Amino acid sequence: MDHDATGRAIAEPGDRRTREPGTAAGGPRLGRRRLLRLLGLGALGVAPLPVLPELIRAAGRDEPVQGTGDPARTRDGRIRQWVMIIDLRSCDGCQSVGQPPRCTAACIEGHFAPEPMEWIEVFEADLPGGGTQFIPTPCQHCQNPPCVNVCPVAATFSTPEGTVLIDQDRCIGCRICMASCPYDRRFFNWGDAPVPPESLLADYSPEHQVPVRRGTVMKCDFCPDMARAGTLPYCIQACPQRALYYGDLEEDVATNGRALVSVSRFLAENQAERQKEELGTKPRVYYIPGHGEAVGRDVFTPGREPTEWPWMERAAEAVTWQR
Amino acid sequence: MAAVSAWRGRLEETALAPIRRTGLRYWALVAFLLAVLGWGAYAYWTQLRDGLVVTGMRDRISWGLYIATFVFFIGISHAGTLISAILRVSQARWRTPVTRMAEFITVVALVCGASFVIIDLGRPDRVLNVFAYGRWQSPIIWDVLAITTYLTASITYLFVPMIPDLALFRDRLAGRTSRWRGWLYRALAIGWDGTAAQWRSLGSAIGVLMILIIPIAVSVHTVVSWIFAMTMRVPWNSALFGAFFVAGAIFSGIAILIIVMAILRRGYHLDEYVTEKHFLYLGYLMAAFAAIMIYANISELVTHGYKMEEGVEFHFRQLFLTQFGALYWFYLLGGLVAPIVIALLPWTRNVRGMVAAALLVTMAMWIERYVIVVSGLRVPLMAYPPADYAPTWVEWSLLAAGLALFALLITLFTKVFPIIAVWEVAEEGEASTAAPGTDRRAVPETMELAGGTGR
Ligand code: SF4
Ligand code: SF4
Repeated sequence: MDHDATGRAIAEPGDRRTREPGTAAGGPRLGRRRLLRLLGLGALGVAPLPVLPELIRAAGRDEPVQGTGDPARTRDGRIRQWVMIIDLRSCDGCQSVGQPPRCTAACIEGHFAPEPMEWIEVFEADLPGGGTQFIPTPCQHCQNPPCVNVCPVAATFSTPEGTVLIDQDRCIGCRICMASCPYDRRFFNWGDAPVPPESLLADYSPEHQVPVRRGTVMKCDFCPDMARAGTLPYCIQACPQRALYYGDLEEDVATNGRALVSVSRFLAENQAERQKEELGTKPRVYYIPGHGEAVGRDVFTPGREPTEWPWMERAAEAVTWQR
Repeated sequence: MAAVSAWRGRLEETALAPIRRTGLRYWALVAFLLAVLGWGAYAYWTQLRDGLVVTGMRDRISWGLYIATFVFFIGISHAGTLISAILRVSQARWRTPVTRMAEFITVVALVCGASFVIIDLGRPDRVLNVFAYGRWQSPIIWDVLAITTYLTASITYLFVPMIPDLALFRDRLAGRTSRWRGWLYRALAIGWDGTAAQWRSLGSAIGVLMILIIPIAVSVHTVVSWIFAMTMRVPWNSALFGAFFVAGAIFSGIAILIIVMAILRRGYHLDEYVTEKHFLYLGYLMAAFAAIMIYANISELVTHGYKMEEGVEFHFRQLFLTQFGALYWFYLLGGLVAPIVIALLPWTRNVRGMVAAALLVTMAMWIERYVIVVSGLRVPLMAYPPADYAPTWVEWSLLAAGLALFALLITLFTKVFPIIAVWEVAEEGEASTAAPGTDRRAVPETMELAGGTGR
């Protein structure tokens, strides 16, 4: 028989009255009240769980994310909106200089990015009509960033300047952001990363991600600290073909270190695209279609030099891993 | 009436037997499981010392065996909910002798599953950040909330129907068992002495709980699937995922229940209560869920395969032909088709057949979880050659340790708590032996004796 209300509870009312006093008197015994109260407590134990984070936050443990400076502003006080434009017409994967892509190398040296991380990675993609093109790919700094959406602890966050940063002091290493980034732009510190000793002396900030922290995620940070100080990001400075532009959407200006362009005009006049536009991630990195034709690259010469990490002999005992 | 009370006495003795006698074989099993756990502890220590670099996971396949095992364990936790809540609601009476085992499985599987999330973390030292900085928008937080809620609810749901049995243990073992046990049963029986009022409140409490726990269970596995479905990976991009995961969870839950039933029946001589009928009914239920799974797989594969969007061709190749071919075909044929065939054929329609089917399903469902996780991440996102993943000895050791923990907790449970819901079985037995037309109201009275005998 089932002990639902219908099956079980049919006891004579008189019956009940004769029994209950005895029950109530016996201190530790389980009366109807006590049982219900216990169950109520049990249910209460279940209910507040979702509220827990809010309570802890209310108790004042919600510190602001550390280390991000005040956003850069235009002269009339608007917050700058950093943007990158990559002119694929001028990118030849550094074939002409015969070296590993200089943007990647400069980024690695500047950030002490551990092997095998290439925060700006030069992919070689097949062109639909044969031949290949080189596509330097940093974090796309999405304005609808899937990685920020899924991070359980807000270790990955969007900034007022429109960049996406990671606080490696808060990251718990769950890696759901890596699963959700559609551009494969996130890298994990699987072990004690091979870095030169001098990098360990730096003051940590999510805007520079030095020194590395094991068990956390890293990626391109768009170098907002350098931009604020009036310097271009490492990759922009290093490109021998001046294919990379960095700028501010708010003031509608960008530069590759030599020429100055109006962002809106430059994008519109050159049919700029963004990667995987259909996903709705709204990247802050724009591409001008091409395959190195402006610097005389032959699309049928494939291959680029493999990336190197300059301090590897100094970090000889360090663990490395493959991607 | 004498026959009834003799039957009843035998039932109580069967329930008490595991606590009264502990054989050498039991200790051997415990020692073996502890050894496996110890090995797992060593593996985990290695991982803590060197970092996740000791696993086979890397940037491009950044989840692997741990997450698959997490999903697997959360899945089998649905055994308890299905058997004790869904079948209780539908008043399927045959379930009573196995409810308790199913509820054990639920609680233990949840504990094991949750530990695999922690094992997978890069920074387990910061796990409390989840509470300090938790964000509603993250599927991981949905999971933390759903799983802790489910754990609390299923512990309550294990405990409440056990109160009369704990009182039975308290009374029967009073003075005849160690101090801590006496204390434990006294405390847990929370003053139960089987009055009509207590039975009534127990009845309504169970009624509320069983309704409450079903949506909780469904939500748990739905949000587990959303960890995957909320990302932008082609093979995981499916609105079906929640329902598919819930069905798979119940499916694997039934399989584990059949296996645990078979082992406990052997070990504790429960043949009188856990009969062939139970194996057959559960086997049929499992076959029905296999059919649901086949349906879900077909609709998933067809909607993806017909259009062959970017990445789907690669995914289908790795599923059916290359990388995961053997695993996936085993899952389809051994895990989904075979249980149906076994349930249909008269000469396999017996305890052995069902246990074999359950073993196949358990393996297949673990494999399914593994394939979903790894194949989903393996489809390249950019112009790079596909990565590969193979679990290392650390991961395999921790999987073994997880299974050992599961077995160990159940083994220990059986030595402390009644593995058969005595009063429910008794109620069942007495209801069926009573002559037709007997007043149902008599039953609460007899039940009262059950809890109150020792007083
Ligand atoms: S490219 Fe990837 S890591 Fe960068 S913001 Fe977008 S989703 Fe996040
Ligand atoms: S790995 Fe770190 S940054 Fe990424 S989702 Fe998890 S906590 Fe956030």
